[in-house]
Order: sequence, then structure tokens, then C-alpha cells
Amino acid sequence: MASQGLELAAPPAPTVSAGADIQQAGEMAAPRPAVRDVAAARPQRRGRLSLLALLPAVAAAVALALHTWLPNGQKGANPTRLYPALLSGMIAFGVFVFLTQRLWRPIQPTRRTFLYAVPSNVLHWCVVNAPLPAAGVLLLCAWDLVTLKFALMPLPYFPGPDAVIQTLVDDWASAGQGQPGLFECMTHSLALLFCGYLLGAFLGVTCGVLIGWFRLARYWGMPVMKLVGPIPATALIPMSLMLFHSPMMSAVALVALAVWFPVTMLTLSGVMNVRGSYLDVARTLGARPAYLIFRVAIPAAAPSIFVGLFMGLGASFLTLVVAEGVGVQAGLGWYIDWARAYSDYSKVYAALVIMTAYFSTIMTLLFKVRDRVLVWQKGVIKW
Amino acid sequence: MASPATGHGRDDAWSLRVVDVSKHFLAPDGSDVHALEGTSLSVAAGELVSLVGPSGCGKSTLLRLLAGLETPSSGELWAGNERIAEPSADRGLIFQDPNLFPWLTVRKNLQAGLVARGVLREKRHEVEELMRLVGLEAFANAYPHQLSGGMAQRAAVARALVNHPHVLLLDEPLGALDAFTRMRMQDEVLRLWRARGTTMLLVTHDIDEAIYMSDRIVLMTPRPGRIERVIDVRLERPRQRNDPRFLALRAEILEELHFAGRATSGAA
Repeated sequence: MASQGLELAAPPAPTVSAGADIQQAGEMAAPRPAVRDVAAARPQRRGRLSLLALLPAVAAAVALALHTWLPNGQKGANPTRLYPALLSGMIAFGVFVFLTQRLWRPIQPTRRTFLYAVPSNVLHWCVVNAPLPAAGVLLLCAWDLVTLKFALMPLPYFPGPDAVIQTLVDDWASAGQGQPGLFECMTHSLALLFCGYLLGAFLGVTCGVLIGWFRLARYWGMPVMKLVGPIPATALIPMSLMLFHSPMMSAVALVALAVWFPVTMLTLSGVMNVRGSYLDVARTLGARPAYLIFRVAIPAAAPSIFVGLFMGLGASFLTLVVAEGVGVQAGLGWYIDWARAYSDYSKVYAALVIMTAYFSTIMTLLFKVRDRVLVWQKGVIKW
Repeated sequence: MASPATGHGRDDAWSLRVVDVSKHFLAPDGSDVHALEGTSLSVAAGELVSLVGPSGCGKSTLLRLLAGLETPSSGELWAGNERIAEPSADRGLIFQDPNLFPWLTVRKNLQAGLVARGVLREKRHEVEELMRLVGLEAFANAYPHQLSGGMAQRAAVARALVNHPHVLLLDEPLGALDAFTRMRMQDEVLRLWRARGTTMLLVTHDIDEAIYMSDRIVLMTPRPGRIERVIDVRLERPRQRNDPRFLALRAEILEELHFAGRATSGAA
């Protein structure tokens, strides 16, 4: 794609000439997420495969060789066939990506091209960012070495990747002893997070707009914000449990509270800092207060609101995990607490692996929403 | 060119009257700033009047008062038979900074006035005409940060015109543009003025611009801000920037504002 190299070469500069404007407008016509991988812009010579794309397969082969041929050092470890099978799969996949590397191109997914575009984008990412999965595999290998192989870190606290992966599979449907499995914990946490976050974000934006816009609301609201805001939501767990009776409701309320504070703060600051001239212009165009609030103040504050939403999301993860440890009978936080009580540390790590994937996915989703809502900021602000 | 508004009743609604208006501000350091003192001015319907003067002479304040964005400390402001108390879609305001809403595309920016008044459905087609009029139809879906300064200012003018205001208040609308864009934009504004018969009040730092464009020039002086003198520009349009009478008028205004140079100002 032609504009890809252009974006990389020169960030949009302020332009005066009409020609440059047309060029920029053309670029804008198809908004795409900024291309981060430098390798994508590098012209590939025909007929030669980039050896870089083979790195993950090589790393997986090294990890497999060490895992197979080094003797196990940890006493009581019970290695299974799952980890070697996973590594073998990675080797096969890596070789496949290496051999087919020139087939994959980044494609803007549309309804018609969706089935082809998504795998093509993923595989293209694997080709141009090959060092990243390779580093990931090497990290697994290092973990395997310091635990299972050389026993530098003892059992039961530090199980190897082999044991954790096995636990992920075993505990997926049920954790044993009639307890909910990882899948159920994920859906449970998701439901809790979803309700709490949306509630908190909605209340936060509402309070922020009220306090930011109306003098009376600011007079009474600001002291409340200053007093209640800095209290960590987790410190309110005992009170919340008594107020709400159901531990599930209490956890939702705590997550909502944790999200509410940063969202309110950043929203009100965004609303209070709306450029007066935007409001003046709108008023001379015949705008009533509803237009000023919903069509000027809130969009103008949107970048700031999103900062609050990101801060709130971080706070919601923290609060979720802690709140789930109290009273709730399922969820990732509960699962970690429960596994630790039984000293089953491979379960703890399995839950951490799931959380990593899970929370980073949610964070990525929020970034996507941000990119879509704040598309007008593209090329103005970068973070 | 035929004005859509020529005819009976126009004079009432399209004229401006400022009656003995003063405006005091409380400065951040607690002192009282006399931005405008005992100012009176009448602008006839369809007239183009410039306000010229050094900064601090209250010309922008006067414009904001007429827009209804500020209330006077004393005195009255009238738009036709209506006392100005709040902003109205009948009186458009254009700033030096285009102040396009950065979160809206050019088209949506131009539609803003229609949306604000709740008449988008009936008048949507007018936005397309306006975009053609100011030559922005190719940039309808661009965001403001993708426009050059001149294009953004044209969009801002078009946005103010969408409500068919009787009066356009222009606060140094061309001040941020380079000299060539500026001269071209002056002609474009004049073209709009003739086509629509809009009453225009133009604040400017640029004496050439004032002479080139206006029927009358109001000279203002600072501390306290007040009107020093009103000059009729009796040059036929289109005006020549190098006409001797143009240059003579320019010299006269410079002298009045004490910027003519050491020798002449000493004599005056």
C-alpha cells in the first residue's frame, strides 16, 4: 500500500498548499490503524524468503530439544506430553508461516473479505513481527529451564510451563472438587467486570458532565469527589458486603466505584476545559443548552474522558480480582484465592495466564473503541 | 447582484444600533478595565462597516456585545427593533481562528447551525450548495486538522452563512492568513456580501483591508475604548488598491491613529 510508507516516512505536517491537502484528504478517505511494524514497509526482494520469519520455529525447536534431552531436576514433577506437543505444533506453524510468508498481506476486513482478511492479517503480523513470538517461546524455554530442568526454583511454588499448561487444559471445564472451572470463572468475571465497568463509566461520565457544566453541581460535587474519590474501592469491601447482601452485587458496586472516580474526574476536567470559543460559535449558530452539552462539551471532552476510561479500566481489574476473593463463589480472583488455599500453584499460574490474555484483550478492545470514536484526532495526538 | 432580502421590512431587521454602551471588566488583578466607554454607532441594513484601531480599543468587545455573548455594563444594543440580550442565529460571528469543531467533518461542521436549530432535515441541501460556493466540496468528509488555514477559514465563513444571518460580525477573520490568501478571501467575502445583502461589521488591524472592503470605517482608540472618528469611504467598487484616493485615505487614517511617522505626527 502506497500510503503506508508515506505515513511512516513523514508524520502529517501542517500544510498550506492545496496539493498537499488533497493528498492528505485522500489518505484520510480510508482510515486505518497506524502501521507500527517497520518491516512491512521494507520492499521485499522477489524470490527470496526472509529468514527472520523462521525465528519462532527455530526458538521452538531449541525449547523442544532442551525439554526432551535435559534431565528433570525438580523432584515430584510429573511432566506430560502436552508441552512437547505444543512446541511441535509451534515448529510446524512457524515453518508453514516461513514458507508461505509472501502470500500474506494486511487487508482491511470488510464483510465480503472477512474470512480471508483476518487470517491474512494475523499471519502477516507473524511474518513481520517474527522476533516477538520467538522471544515468547524463548521465555517459555527459560521458565522451563529454571524450574523443571535445573530446579533453581522449588516446587510447589514454581511449577514449570509444562504443569501450568496441563492445568489450563484439565481445569478448563471444572477445577475438581465440584468447583467451577476456568471457563466458568472467565465468564463469571466477564459478567461482573462488564456490569461494574459500564455502570461506573456511565455514572462517571454523567457526574463529570454535571459537575463540569453546572456551577451548583460543582459547588456540592467537588468536595464529595475530593473526600470519597481517593478511598481505594477495595477498602470499602466490608461496608459494601453489608450494604448489598449478595456478594455478586457488592463486587459490581465496588468495580463501579473504582471506575467512577477517574472517569468523573477526567470528564469534569475535560468539560471545564472546553475552549470557550467553541461554545461561543455554537451559541451564535443558534444552539440551545442541550446542543452545547451533548454536541460541543462532551465531544470536546472526549479525549480526556477516554483517559479516564483507561484509568478506570486498570482500576476495575484490580478491584475485580480483590472483590472476587471475598464471598463470591466463582471468577478468576476467586480461583486464585481458592487454589492458593490448597497450595496448588500451577492453578494460580494458569489463572494468571488467562488473566493476561483476558485483560489485555479487553484493553485492546477499548483502544479500538477509542480509535473509532476519536478518529478526528488521528494525526493530532498520539498515545 | 440581486439580493434575496431587498424589499420592505428589511431595514428594520437587518440594521444595528449601539446606544451609549459601556462595558467594564474586572481584571484578574482586581482592577476595573474600561473596555468600552459611552459608545454609540448605527449600522444600516446591508452596510459593510469596519472597526479599526490598536489592540485594547474595545472593537472585539463591541462585536461580542453585538453578538449577544456579553451584556453591556450600561447602554443598549439593538438589532432592528429587537434588543440584543442573547446570541441569535440571525447574527453570525466569525473569529480570527476558524474554530471549526475538530470532531466533525467539514460537512458536519457546516450543518452545525441547522442541527442546532433543528432544521437539518429541510435544509440539508443548502449545505451542499454552500460547500460549492466556498469551493470545499472535495473536502466534505475531511476533518478540520487536514485543511489549510485558508480552507478552514472558508469553512468557518460557510458555517456562519448556513443560517442566513441578517448580520455577520467578523472578528479579524482574515488576520491569520498570508497576504495572498488574504486578498483573495477579501474578494470572496465581498462577493458574499453583495450576493446576500448581509449587514457586515468587520474588525480588522489592517487599514488596507478596511479601505478596500468597507462603506464606512470606524476608528477607535484605547483606554478607555471609544469611537474616535467615522470615515466614509466614497470609492466606487471594485476598488483599486493602488488608486491615489485609496492611498490618500490610508495616509489620513494612519495620521489619525498617530502611526504616520515622526514628522507628520509631530505636525499634527
